[in-house]
Amino acid sequence: MTIEIKTAKMDTVRNTFGHIARRFGDKPATRYQEATYDIAAQTNFHYKPLWDQDHELNDPTRTAIVMEDWYALKDPRQFYYGPYVQSRARMQENAESNFNFFDKRNLAAKLPDGIKENLIKFLIPLRHAEHTANLNNMYCTAYANYCTAVAQATLFEAMDRFGNAQYYSRIGLSLDGNTGDSLVEAKAEWMNNPIWQGLRAYCERTLTIDDWFETFIAQNIVLDTLLDNLYFEQYDVWLSEHGAGDILMLTEFMRERSKESHRWSDSLIKTVVNESDQNADQIKSWISTWRIRAQQALEPLATGLLSEDALAEAYAALAGRLKKIGLAD
Amino acid sequence: MSKVLIAFQENDESRYIVQAIEQDNPDATVHFEPAMIRIENEGALTINKATVEEMMGCDWEVQSIHVNLLTLTGHIDEDDDYFTIHWNN
Repeated sequence: MTIEIKTAKMDTVRNTFGHIARRFGDKPATRYQEATYDIAAQTNFHYKPLWDQDHELNDPTRTAIVMEDWYALKDPRQFYYGPYVQSRARMQENAESNFNFFDKRNLAAKLPDGIKENLIKFLIPLRHAEHTANLNNMYCTAYANYCTAVAQATLFEAMDRFGNAQYYSRIGLSLDGNTGDSLVEAKAEWMNNPIWQGLRAYCERTLTIDDWFETFIAQNIVLDTLLDNLYFEQYDVWLSEHGAGDILMLTEFMRERSKESHRWSDSLIKTVVNESDQNADQIKSWISTWRIRAQQALEPLATGLLSEDALAEAYAALAGRLKKIGLAD
Repeated sequence: MSKVLIAFQENDESRYIVQAIEQDNPDATVHFEPAMIRIENEGALTINKATVEEMMGCDWEVQSIHVNLLTLTGHIDEDDDYFTIHWNN
């Protein structure tokens, strides 16, 4: 007797959700597509919000930027909740092991004279600036809520910045033997030291911007590019030259994260700029406003942190990034 | 000319690889079988690291193709940047 094994092929009734199929065609969709596209409600709102009666609850006209299809602003990292959390968990594991290494070998005690004070004065206060970055990206999330592709990415950015703030605090705790004294001192620097007041004012000012896309530009494009260059390029070199390279181990999370996040914000701006001249002009005018404000804000800090030429170098990095995303003057 | 063939388990990760293959090899035919995606092409088929990374949105090692690979036919030419199967005849 012979047994013949037959296979029966059964096709799935549907490949994906109807709204995803209408966008991408009826074929198996990626998780990112299913978790992102056309999720937020865009029509049929019953009431205007009491706090803003000129707009609908989810309303694209809350910004001067106009997009035919806001979902063109997809995240090249394709982050939805799952991959975002997995990627950050991996990065956090690395960061934790770096902190453990630093603490176990008692590297804080082996830092050269004056470095600890330098870090408390210049590095730890950044946790307050990161907190602003968190609020600003939360603001973008709240008002870009009509487009999940943007809102989820700005939300991830906001949580990242919160994580950064916590890591700056952890560095403080590693330096002061978990007493928290360094955080108190750093807060006093942030509140009282004249070198920080420009940045503090810039931060507070960004919190009052009305247009969420302007907030995005002032925070994620102008300020972050300048601070990243000052801290993760120039200050890194300074620390290594002064025998404090061990500290770089503790800021590796921020460095890696910021590089990754730039990929997303670059692609977002590039798409918006390519959409229309009107968008490009609007973004250019915001950038020119905020880059001047940032110049005033960062001058004392950059000079104190490194040298008088440091800020010019950071501005060259900003110009390079703007050129890359099609915003050269 | 003979056809080369490559088959992957059907899951979220290999769907990106398949998208990349479709983009780089427009003539390839893709069959969605139960739990398997089978791709055939005349002569040769290439998977490029760069395209897969673009589709996935993250770094991807060509070596990790083996996680989801079921079977293939053809001579293999593998490098850091690409994975090609082809027939020499």
